[in-house]
This record gives sequence, C-alpha cells and structure tokens, in this order.
Amino acid sequence: MVRIPVALLQYTGNESELRIDAYTVEEALSKLNTRFPGLSAFIVNESGQLRRYVNIFVNEQDIRSGDGMKIKLKEGDRVSIVPVVAGG
Amino acid sequence: MAKKRKAEVNVLLGTRKGAFILQSDARRRAWKLKGPFLKGTSVFHMSFDKRDGKTIYAGVNSGHFGPTVQMTKNFGKTWTNAEKPPRFPENSGLNVENVWHVEPGRSEEPDVVYAGVAPAALFRSSDGGNSWELNQSLNNHPTRSQWTPGAGGLCLHSIVLDPSELKRLYVGISAVGVFKSEDAGKTWHIRNKNVRADFAPVKYPEFGQCVHKLVMDPKKPNSLYQQNHCGVYRSEDAAENWVEITEGLPSQFGFPMAIHPHDSDRFYVVPEEGDFFRATPNGQFAVYETLNAGRTWMKRTKGLPAKDSFMGCFREGLATDQLDPAGVYVATRMGQVFHSTDEGKTWRPIAEWLPPIHSVSTATVS
Repeated sequence: MVRIPVALLQYTGNESELRIDAYTVEEALSKLNTRFPGLSAFIVNESGQLRRYVNIFVNEQDIRSGDGMKIKLKEGDRVSIVPVVAGG
Repeated sequence: MAKKRKAEVNVLLGTRKGAFILQSDARRRAWKLKGPFLKGTSVFHMSFDKRDGKTIYAGVNSGHFGPTVQMTKNFGKTWTNAEKPPRFPENSGLNVENVWHVEPGRSEEPDVVYAGVAPAALFRSSDGGNSWELNQSLNNHPTRSQWTPGAGGLCLHSIVLDPSELKRLYVGISAVGVFKSEDAGKTWHIRNKNVRADFAPVKYPEFGQCVHKLVMDPKKPNSLYQQNHCGVYRSEDAAENWVEITEGLPSQFGFPMAIHPHDSDRFYVVPEEGDFFRATPNGQFAVYETLNAGRTWMKRTKGLPAKDSFMGCFREGLATDQLDPAGVYVATRMGQVFHSTDEGKTWRPIAEWLPPIHSVSTATVS
C-alpha cells in the first residue's frame, strides 16, 4: 500500500492509499507514475534522487537510513510518502 | 442604453503563495480577485495563450515537490499538470530547480510552448505543455562551463520569439547575457555587444553580462530592449549591437520591462537604486515611460506611493493589456498591484495585500 500526502492528492484523483504490487520502492514509484503520469517527478528528481524535502517510509523505516529506493518490499508493507513539514 | 462591453481583462499573478487572477470588464474600474490557485507552490510566471484564447500556462515551483508546468483552460477552475515536466536527461548531472518563464509559441506553430528554467536551459513542448524536450544545443553551448549565476541563480528567464522570422528567437540568461538563434534553436550565438558588465574584470566581455529582462517591440521585431544589471539597452538590428539608453533614469538598475501593445518605441521600466539596495530610489515608487525607444524618459508617479516607499518588483513585474487605451500593470515584491487605464499617466491600486508577486501578465478576452 502506498500512502499519498495531501498535497499530491490532486494528482491521484484524491486517492490517498493505493495498492501497488512492486518488489522495491523504486518500482512502486515507477508503477505509480504509470498510473498517474508526472506524479513521480514530484518525489524524485531527474537523477533519481529523492527530493530533499520529501521522505519515504517503508512501514516505520526512513528509506534514507536503509537501501534507499532499492529497498525491498514484501506483501503488506506500507510505503508512506511524507513531505517534511517540521520547522518554523 | 449603454452599449455592453464584452471584453474582459484578466490580470494573471504568479506569487510566492500560488496564483491569483484579477478580473474586470473592459472599463477596468471594478476588479474581482480569484484564487489562490495552486496553493502550496511558488508560481514564478503565468502566460496566456492567444492562439486558443483560453489556455493559461504557469511555471509552478515547490520547495518540496520540485518544478513543473501546469495549465488551465478555464481561468483557474481546474489545472492540468505536465505529465513529463521539464527535466534534464537522467545522466546529465543537472536537475531542474525552478521554471522561470513559460512562453506560448507563435500562431504558426500550434501547441508549441517554450519554458526557461534554472539552471539555465530552454525547453520546448510540442503538445501544449504536457511533455517537454531540452534544447540540447544551448545546453551544450561551448561556453556553458563558464556561465555563472546572478543573485537569483543561473536562470533562463526571457524567451523572445520573432513574429516575422519564424526561425529566429532569443533568450536571456542571468548572468550570461543574450543568445540568439536563427535556425529555430539548432545553433545559438552570443549577442552582448556594447553591453557593460561593471562587476567583471573586463567591462565588455563576450558573455557574462547580467541581463534582467529582454523584450521585443512586436511591430518592429528588430527592435529589442533589455533591462540589465548595468543599464537599459536598445538594439535596432536584432540584437547584433546594443546602445545604452539609461540616461534620464534615476539609476541603471532594475528588473521589469513592458512594451506598449500598440505604439512602437513605447515601453516602461521600474528602476531600483542599485544591486546593493534593491528598492525604489529616494523612497519614491515610480514607473518610467519612454515614447521614443529610450531617448527620453518620463517619470510616472501619480497615484503611486508618494514617499517613504522602499519597494521593488521582480523581473516579470510589469505588463500591459491589449485594450485601447492600453492598461499598464505593475506588481511589487510586497504584494501590491497598481494599474493605469491611461497608459501610465495615473495609477491606482487594485490589490494591496497579496503574497510577494513574482509575475504579472494579462489575458484580454473578447
């Protein structure tokens, strides 16, 4: 399951949770972009790097602390796309 | 019974907090604000497509989600995001930071749209803004490794299409200068002759000049004007040579320019004190108008803040509409829009408390 942040719901037809079958986070984003063309550009730049102020969690793990976009997914994992909103 | 005026003027405002549209009928007395649209984004520029009379393009930037181009065909009610926004090739090592300017193509090239981005590059869409292709020739220009940014970054902010020579176009890049193509963007030539770069070790380098805004007189396409970091300049030979026309202005520094829609040689600028004090000189906000291609200038202040007004405009902060007499619009970094219905002689505010305004442009709909 991929959770979409509020700011991007306008691009997913207001679907906030999407069921995606994928082996890695990278593949999940690719499939997300196939379903909603242009969506992945908001999450990663053209070098394939996660945008600076966007986090992705697999369950409770920040992918930056693991294998990044290559992190492997298993059935039932929850992938959350979370823009950084803390700070003043 | 008075004849009903059908024309409608839409003033498109790109701001740090999304987009707004001010709407009025042709009398331009009462204005209604619509928006904010594209909340949560920073809209650097909006442009109206006269070809279909309804599409508005927006250069939309987000600190979180990056840059894109969005389109509306119903004056902001709904927006469409580019499916393939401007992006450098995957292995280029470059990432688009912001979309600075969106320019609809000529009537002879339906569905073509151009976009200027930072780091400086030109993109072209041939499907109405849905997908974008990098202009490789400019990106691979032999001087590129020596390009340096201005204070706003290394941005391509001006795109000027010659309406009579269909393969001729110009771009303005800070702080590199003006480039010209005679073959629809296949090759590019630097055109900064006689333009100063006071901040550089060489005052008249081939490139490295800091053009702030480049515009063309559509009725005399060989006449171009630029507000530069180091003066205001005119070219009457399609950017081959430039002549400084700063004399008569209170400073050489400023950002926006707008061409009168009907009268050749007539345009507007808003000088600022200088690069280390980017605000109106002497606390007097003023628009300067020329009727003779910059040979003389008239200071226009009636209705503008009279004193203690240390304001300024971004490079897209001036616009004119298509009516006769033409309306002129100046938008400030502090969120005000001032408007003139008598071609600059008198002004009044039509919005005062908006977010910092990056761009003002108009859509005159009949």
